[in-house]
Amino acid sequence: MNDKKKIITGLAIFLFLFTLPIWYNLVSATSAPEPELSAKAKAAKTCVRSKEYMVAEHMQLLDVWRDTVVRTGERTYTNPDGKQFNMSLSTGENSCIGCHVSKADFCDKCHNYASVNPYCWDCHIDPKEKK
Amino acid sequence: MKSSRRNFLKIAGVSAVGLSAKPVLDAFATADADEHAATATPEKASNKKALTGKRWALVINTHKLQTKEALEPIIEACNKLHNVPHIENERWEIKWIWGEEFKHAFPGKEDTFLPEHVKHNPFLVLCNHCENPPCVRACPTKATFQRDDGIVLMDFHRCIGCRFCMAACPYGSRSFNFRDPRQFITEQNPDFPTRSKGVVEKCNFCAERLAVGKQPACVEASGGALIFGNVDDPASEVRKVLNKNFTIRRKQGLGTGPMVFYIV
Repeated sequence: MNDKKKIITGLAIFLFLFTLPIWYNLVSATSAPEPELSAKAKAAKTCVRSKEYMVAEHMQLLDVWRDTVVRTGERTYTNPDGKQFNMSLSTGENSCIGCHVSKADFCDKCHNYASVNPYCWDCHIDPKEKK
Repeated sequence: MKSSRRNFLKIAGVSAVGLSAKPVLDAFATADADEHAATATPEKASNKKALTGKRWALVINTHKLQTKEALEPIIEACNKLHNVPHIENERWEIKWIWGEEFKHAFPGKEDTFLPEHVKHNPFLVLCNHCENPPCVRACPTKATFQRDDGIVLMDFHRCIGCRFCMAACPYGSRSFNFRDPRQFITEQNPDFPTRSKGVVEKCNFCAERLAVGKQPACVEASGGALIFGNVDDPASEVRKVLNKNFTIRRKQGLGTGPMVFYIV
């Protein structure tokens, strides 16, 4: 056991390098971006469901919506408060993008931060990016 | 640890107690879930204005559509509404509704002494929304399916682009997006999605318009040459038209039950 020092320094360096991503993130991490609400969305105060629900479950909600609309043709959504909504991502004023008018400020900000790439807009048209 | 009979019995006893606690925990868990479900039950329903029918059908009065020019506004209305790309190269073209010569539209029905107008005029062809659609049977992902009202619809989200449906369709009503269609759409309609590269597409009988109580776009643009309605209802206009006129259908012998009728 004459090489105790060397082994321990080697181990320490290895551990540091191995956990470097963690340290890097701790130092450089910025806080998660907040989606920016449009004036229209702010005026409406609540979305289809509560804010907490939408933050956590919007992907499930959209998934259920698209299946329901395409498969059953049902397009009206009544939330637990009894308010009715048109189930659509991008059809005119009465849709998600009709209220959250800026895809860049509302969707992309968090999606880019979290590195998720939903393919909604491969087909659905964001009216703002119209050529 | 040296295992002994005594130790084994101890462990077995404790395990038995632990297992007996599980149902109690389960009961708590479900009670929790029930409570959650009771407070939040959103409902989904179809639009009140929506047109409903048991079997949608289209009658095309070809006497009123004699020339290529007569078909154009109808085709244009559909293409604009549904963001159908216009691609010059025939290998990649996308078609929802288009004009076809009699001999191609109705193979088997052509004859030596057909009237000139039948021989040479273009016939408007589109997806026949078959009663027994072979494309639906061929689709491995159920992206293509038949609705209760008879419309053969596509769920573009689900299409994997295998093109079995194109092989199965005897009418060539389906097109495959070999290229990204967006670059070929001159005027985008933001209210209807485009498709992406690698999916099949076809006419949807304007399901999105029926849902808000409107007639299909082609019918609206045809000025009375196209009649759309529920053939299951004897009082409907389509049935009246079908009762008064002799009509033919495309490749009826295949047993697909096409729902597009032609007055010739």
